[in-house]
Amino acid sequence: MSMRTLPLVFINLGGEMLYILDQRLQTQNTADDNTQKGVWSDDDRKRVMNDIIATMFSKAFMEELLKPQDLYSNRALRTVLTRLAHASIMRLNPASMDRLYELMVMAFKYQLLLCPRPRDLLIISYNHIDAIREFVRDTPSVLNQVDETHRKIIEVYTPLSDGEFQLLRQTLLIFLQDMHVRVSLFLKDKVQNPNGRFALSTTGPVPHGTEVPGLIRMFSSNGKEWKRWEFPTGGSYTSSIRVGSFERFGDRVTRIGTNMYSVTQPEETHTSKSYSQKANSEPNPLAKEELNLLARLLGGMKVQNRNTETGFRVNLFATDQEEEEASLFNSGCDAYCSILIIYNLDVQVNTELARIAGEFTGEPEQTESPEGPSNKGDDLLAMMDELIEL
Amino acid sequence: MYHKEKSIQMKSSASALYNNLSVLRIAPRSLTYFTVVHANMVNMVSASWDGLNYSHRQLQSKEANVATSSSLIMQAAWCVLPSRDILVLTSQKGIQMYESDGSIMVYWHALDTPETQTAQAVFARGIAAVREKYICVGISSGSMLVFDVPIKGSNITLSEVLEEHKESITDLASECSGSLECIADMVSADDSGNLCVWKSGEDFQLLNKIPGFDMSCSSVKLWKGTVVAGYGTGQIRLYEAVTGIVHAEVNAHARWIYSLDIAPFSGLLLSAAEDSLVRVWHLTMTPETNSVEVTSQTIPGRNLTTPRTHRQTLTASLPLSPSRSCTCITSV
Repeated sequence: MSMRTLPLVFINLGGEMLYILDQRLQTQNTADDNTQKGVWSDDDRKRVMNDIIATMFSKAFMEELLKPQDLYSNRALRTVLTRLAHASIMRLNPASMDRLYELMVMAFKYQLLLCPRPRDLLIISYNHIDAIREFVRDTPSVLNQVDETHRKIIEVYTPLSDGEFQLLRQTLLIFLQDMHVRVSLFLKDKVQNPNGRFALSTTGPVPHGTEVPGLIRMFSSNGKEWKRWEFPTGGSYTSSIRVGSFERFGDRVTRIGTNMYSVTQPEETHTSKSYSQKANSEPNPLAKEELNLLARLLGGMKVQNRNTETGFRVNLFATDQEEEEASLFNSGCDAYCSILIIYNLDVQVNTELARIAGEFTGEPEQTESPEGPSNKGDDLLAMMDELIEL
Repeated sequence: MYHKEKSIQMKSSASALYNNLSVLRIAPRSLTYFTVVHANMVNMVSASWDGLNYSHRQLQSKEANVATSSSLIMQAAWCVLPSRDILVLTSQKGIQMYESDGSIMVYWHALDTPETQTAQAVFARGIAAVREKYICVGISSGSMLVFDVPIKGSNITLSEVLEEHKESITDLASECSGSLECIADMVSADDSGNLCVWKSGEDFQLLNKIPGFDMSCSSVKLWKGTVVAGYGTGQIRLYEAVTGIVHAEVNAHARWIYSLDIAPFSGLLLSAAEDSLVRVWHLTMTPETNSVEVTSQTIPGRNLTTPRTHRQTLTASLPLSPSRSCTCITSV
């Protein structure tokens, strides 16, 4: 379908991921078991955010995304997002990554559904970009990248017609149509039903360009209106409000796409699956190529085959035991998403961390291109295995 | 006038596509077939009229084993011709035609895909059976393919390519009143809201072009020489097909209209939109004054103030048969 989905997918999903990570990284020192409290300082948090944003908005990555192409498969998208989440010293185990992915995707699905006009998907994306800009306002180099990307997005998407935006939106909705993970925040606000489907409102302002329903007008053959009457609408709609700004800066008007976690307080956001997701287990030849290219673009951070004790590990569960249980029982589990950061005092870790952190100051290195198609496949599978092992 | 019948559960959810529900009534066998598109598959259910027997079937899009996102089906619809019924599936790869029960594929037409990837998406969308032997299908480039269908067999041929629209075709409709007096046989709609009215034949003839107002027309119907068009703004407009004169304008929905359908003998019109509502309208034709009147019908038994939690996105509407109507509301 639409060939222009990827940039918006990554900006919005990436944006949601950053909202969640930012909130989690701030709720430190709230662990009530007796594991060591983390030394996750403000600087550390900022560095994680900067690193992820720098990778996501890198010129090479964005250029690749902006090429007209089909939307990735679920598996490919998931892998790239996992890679992005690990573009810093922070580590997420598979169960935490699962939860993160579910939250990100369900939030984006909700935003897509609520989008008043298909074109407003751009405003939602710009809300995400505005927030991302805030996260990196103290780092001029990354801020520059974000600005540059924003300019490019405006350039590419502004000329699209409403029909093309609707096609884009439909492509994304079809991609997400089988995800029905229940998110406690949505359930609480009654915007999501217990079966995982979203509930739409029949009140509020109509989108810009739409008239409030309720009027029928009849015209004669010379174009004059000869009769009009009203019918009951069953909803309570009001006139549209002003349109948000499609420029780089400005009042976006709508709150869709802004950080919904910044208003959530002690209550954590839970997710629960009522049925398992369709697993696409067939390795897809096209996806391998895509991923390999992306792996080269995302940079030289070769994921080493390390044991899981090194690095800053971020756990989206309250205790290690819960985390284990969660990874064993994939479906129907209610996960607590409070955070616990474990800092390993191994001396080796510090040197390793310094090395990895150092790799982000320069341009992403090109990894050696492997010879032959079979090597490419192996390389990528190895990379994916490593990611999962983390 | 209208009552709700037993609901039928489909095997999987309906995709967010225009005109995503097609119905075929087979009176001799007291069966009704329904199809709903789900990504790269079509879910088909055949329901007996006594409500006791249901049988499900799934049709795949051709070349579905290649990357999922590039073989999505855009629409599935039955084309009712005098001698046979054909089920047509349109996708990103091409057009598949099956015998009415979906058991045998009788024809495949591959779409031309450019060598290098362009920003313009390639797909087929918009399906209509016209007069005795034509099946028309729209393309994302704005062209329309006219296929000549024999009384039986698979010797279906591409008879003509109509190049009038510049934007992607959204929907096609043929005159459904059964009247042979109508001059116009088919109407086509595109993403900029332009409507073209055609007369069929060995060479299709363009009778009229009704300009859009840069708002996508997602669903269109042709009834007794009147074009009924549903737009992304939630408006429904009625035009006289050959002249383009506007008969009526209805501020029908608060969101994008996804589907329209007409019961030809009763003049009942159904509209479904993303605002989660289905509305029923009554069209009355007054030949003396050459006007069409639209009134809204309340749907008894359907509580329009259903609590918010129960409203779900409407992605499919329902085609109305001559005497009965069937509802299928599905969610994403």
